[in-house]
This record gives sequence, structure tokens and C-alpha cells, in this order.
Amino acid sequence: MTRPVLVFACGNPSRGDDAVGPLLLDYLASRVDLSETELLTDFQLQIEHALDLQHRKLVLFVDASVSCRAAFSLTELRPVRDNSYTSHAMSPSALLQVYQSIHETPPPPSFLLSIRAEQFELGAPLSGNTLDNLIQASVFAERLLAQFEPCPDSVD
Amino acid sequence: MYEHLETAENPADLKRVVVDPVSRVEGHGKVTLLLDENNRVKQARLHIVEFRGFEKFIQGRPYWELPVLVQRLCGICPVSHHLAAAKAIDQLVGVDPANLTSAADKLRRLLHFGQVLQSHALHFFHLSSPDLLFGFESDIGKRNIVAVLAEHPDIGLQGVKLRKYGQEVIRMVSGKRVHGTGAIAGGMNKALSRDERDYLLQDIDQIIAWSVAAVALVKKVHTANLPYYDEFATVPSNYLGLVKPSGALELYHGGIRAKDRNGATLVDHFDYCQYTDLIREEVRSWTYMKFPYLTSIGQADGWYRVGPLARVNNCDVIDTSLAEAARVDFKQHRGGGAVMVHSTLAFHWARLIEVLHCAESIAVLLNDPDLLSPDLVVKGEKRYEGIGVIEAPRGTLFHHYQVDDDDIVIKANLIVSTTSNNTAMNESVRQVAAEYLSGRELTEPLLNNLEVAIRAYDPCLSCATHAVGKMPLQLELLDADGQLLDRLVRHGDGAFEHARS
Repeated sequence: MTRPVLVFACGNPSRGDDAVGPLLLDYLASRVDLSETELLTDFQLQIEHALDLQHRKLVLFVDASVSCRAAFSLTELRPVRDNSYTSHAMSPSALLQVYQSIHETPPPPSFLLSIRAEQFELGAPLSGNTLDNLIQASVFAERLLAQFEPCPDSVD
Repeated sequence: MYEHLETAENPADLKRVVVDPVSRVEGHGKVTLLLDENNRVKQARLHIVEFRGFEKFIQGRPYWELPVLVQRLCGICPVSHHLAAAKAIDQLVGVDPANLTSAADKLRRLLHFGQVLQSHALHFFHLSSPDLLFGFESDIGKRNIVAVLAEHPDIGLQGVKLRKYGQEVIRMVSGKRVHGTGAIAGGMNKALSRDERDYLLQDIDQIIAWSVAAVALVKKVHTANLPYYDEFATVPSNYLGLVKPSGALELYHGGIRAKDRNGATLVDHFDYCQYTDLIREEVRSWTYMKFPYLTSIGQADGWYRVGPLARVNNCDVIDTSLAEAARVDFKQHRGGGAVMVHSTLAFHWARLIEVLHCAESIAVLLNDPDLLSPDLVVKGEKRYEGIGVIEAPRGTLFHHYQVDDDDIVIKANLIVSTTSNNTAMNESVRQVAAEYLSGRELTEPLLNNLEVAIRAYDPCLSCATHAVGKMPLQLELLDADGQLLDRLVRHGDGAFEHARS
């Protein structure tokens, strides 16, 4: 049975601050109810990930962000017909649009947790500032997920 | 050819246009054009940021970490690096490819077929089909997978599911979606369970059927406008890749075959462990990226292409029936049994023939009882040098390591496929600039022609690193004094902003 909550982290653990998404998943793995929540990670979002959103009641994407001004931010996502097509990576909103196109139904409620990040060099460790941001975002994500209560009869 | 457009005689007198798809922090491409007062192209160059730091990232690590570690070099084809590294460290533990157990060899091949299938499916359906279905200079709002899903829902959905199936093959064989640990020194660390095998078998007939349809689609697109598709960005070249001992198409292990532009064989069944005798890399002052060439031919004419077009051109046969029929059709599409297909846009066609071959090969392997065998690892005497070469989705990939007495990597050398295609991509860019752009006012749809040419090679332009908010493309038009005349920006969400000075 598909778990109602999906946390999907994007990032490469070996590229400096790009690791914040996978690291947040490591934190959540021991702190959330994994019978209700599925934790997935990949280097970047791609079209097939639209299939991972099916039968979810809540989706939380987690990603590093160089444009996030605060330590972290939470944004509600809507499907967007993303014009970018030269990249091997899709935006979360574009993925929702793909979901909507495939299933002909609106995607599940989805949010993006952006964590402010600075450097992405291959082999570099997490920067000090980003580590602080990650800690704050992790605590926030844990509290956020603790508030979620799926309707028992509404889960596929 | 178009070498004369590599370096202009009087660059200071020319306008400069930069197409800079900074799609991710590393691994991005940039095209620069120099134009005279009549917009005639005088210089065209493709710069790809070299994957600097690969060797440094690997050196100093124990060799047994490499199959997992190198997956983090690239988020686009991590399995290719995983398997090339595994083949190299096999040699470090004294195991040659022929000595792997049958189960380990077949599991690795299954993993590789899954990787190539999903990579090619992504490239065709997501990155290229919008251009091919709607036109290179069509409304930018149409040139994306969402528009394909809207107007060609069956095709779009098949692309999504083909990609997903390849990812599921990877997950079943390596145990995880990403960062899997399937291949280890001397073999594999797990067999396929009966349940995993049966799970993959459920859909393989459908995957083959969709692959057949995809080949038919790309043939239809290509032949519907044959002169254009055969000429656009086309550069006659040499070709290099692995083949089986029989001369058949090979993706995992074989000898190197190179052919010239007329189809004459330059080398055949060449032992890739001697690759340094075959290939040298030239450095040019204007780019970090090297220019490999066949030593026997020399710098000027020794450049070659790798990848699907090279493989389908080079092989004598494909050992799965549907893909072989598609190959024969492909080679004869111009009539008269053309020896070599040089059309750059034919990369797409060749890529989908390989998708079909992968799907058929997966079906064959899933019905092979060896996949379930627990006989997975062999060991031999330690060696200090290991070389692994495979045919990655984008072409021939070389991993070369040396270790010390403590099994620490002290030297590493990687030649990635995109590097091998460097000269060819520059030639294609110059051809498009000269034949399709020169003398015209540059617009986004027109400049998309340059990206279409580059994209046909499926270069690894965006890689594992990514972050929200990076700007993927910027085009600037400067006058001879370097003053900004015009700027076109494509933001991370795909929106365009036009800003005149």
C-alpha cells in the first residue's frame, strides 16, 4: 500500500551543500513514522517521478537553494507548464504539471522546502552556514510532518 | 568542413553573441558566435566546462569504494560510471572480464541495459521529442514534455513509463534507486530474486512494443523531411566504439573498433587496456575541454564520434532480431545501402534502435536462470593497475586507475563520452551557424537550432549538482567595443526576459 506522505529530497551527497536534501532525509528516517511516510531521494527530479506522487495525500520536496534568503523556506507548489526543456532536471512544479497531464487529475498537496545553500563543488563538505540551515530545516520538517493526520479511509 | 570558423581573423572587430545555458553549477555548455556587421558568422565555438576534479575526487580513496563513489560524479548516468569503475577494479583484484561468473556478467549486463534504456528514453521523449514533433523553430511554449503529453499523450506517457521501467531494472539489480552497490570487485553482491525477476518480466513485452513504436516514430519524423534531417548539423567523421568478437553491437564489454568516414576499418577488436596507444588528447587555449583524436591519423583528421550513431554505424549486426531489422532499415534509409550514416540528427534514430535492443536484451536475460545463481564473486592476484571501458549511453567511457600497496588510488584518468564528441559537436555548431544562422537576425527560435545540434549528441551538460534558482540560459549581444546591445535571459522556470540596453 502506498504511504500517504512522500518526502522527496533532491541532491548529490558528494557535492557540498547539494547534500542538504539527502541529509535531511537521514535525519527524518529515525524521527518520523515510516509506516505513514516514504522517504525518497535522487540526484534530480525527472519525468518518471510523477509516478511516485500517485495516491499520496501530501508531498514535500526538499532541495538546496541559492536564492532562498532565509535559512529555509516552505512554498506551496502548483503545477506549472515549465518551458525549460534543455535540462536533465525538472522543477517540482513542472513535475506536478506532468503528473496532472498523465493522470488528468490535480496532483496531491505539494510543498517545496528550500534550504539555503552556497557551494556545490565535487568532493566538498557541507559548508558551515548550510549546516546551520539544515539543522533548522530538519527540526521544522519533523514538526511539520508530525502535524499531518491522514484520513484513514482516504488512503489507497 | 567548417574548421575555418573555429578562429576568426579579426575578433576585435566583430559582434559577440553568447548562448550560455548555465543549467547547473557544473557541467554546462556555452556557445559563442562572432558576427560581422551583416550578421555573418565569422567564428563559432562550443565550450563545455570540463569535468574538472574527477581525478582528484577519486585519488586517495581505497579502490573498493569506487563503484559507489563514482556514481556521484554524474547524476545523469551514474550506472555507467559504476560499471566502468567495477570493470577497472576487477582487474585490481586480478579478475579479467572473461573470468567473471556467468551470473555476475549477466547481472551487470542487465543493469547496463536498464541504464541505457532509461537514459535514451529520457533523452528522446523529454529533451528531443518536443523539437522533433513541433519543429526546431516552433513556439517555445510548445517545446517541452508537457506539450508532448498534451498533444501526443500516448507518446508522452510511453516515454515516462519506458524511463520508469529502466529505473526499476536498476533498482532490482542494484538494490536501490540511486547509490546502489550492485557491482563489486570481482563480481556482484546480490543475485536477482525470483520475485524481482518476475516483477520485471510482467512489463517487458509492453516495453518492447513501445520501443518498436518509438523506432517507427523517429523513422517517420526523420524520413518525412529527409534532405533536411540528413544535412542539418551533419559532419562526416570517423567513429569509435566497442564491438563483440563477432562484430555485433556491444554495450558492456568488447574490443574497440574505429571506422573512417567511408566505412573503412581503422582498428578492430583493439584491446582497450592499450587505449593510450590509440587515442591522444589535444588541448586548445580557448577551452578547458580536451579534443581526443586517433593517434594513427593525427590531430587534424583523427577526431571521431562516439555514442549511438557511432555504435550502429560501426557494428556488423545487432544480435536481437527486432533491433537488427531496425538497423538494416536505418542503414538503407537513403537507398542504395549507404555505408555510413553521418546525419547528426540520425543520432536520435540510432538511439531508439538501441532502446529496442536493450528491451529485447532485457527480455532474454530475464529468462536466463543464471540471473538467480548465487555464484557471484571470483578473486585473483592483486594488480596495481586497472582499466574499465564500457559503452555508456553517450558513448565510450574510460576509467583507468593505479593503486599503491595499501590499495589506495594514486592515479586516475577518465575519458568521458562528451569529451570524445567535442570536436564533432564544435563542427556541428559551426555547420549550423554557417548554414542556418549566418546573415540572419538572431532570435531565440533561430538560436534553438544550435541547441538542437548539440542536443543530438546528448552531451552531459547538466550533471548531478543542481539548486533551485540557477539561471539556465543567457544570451548577450555586444558591439565591437564590448557594449551590451541586447540580452535575452531564460530563467530557471523557463520564462524568458528580454532586456535591451
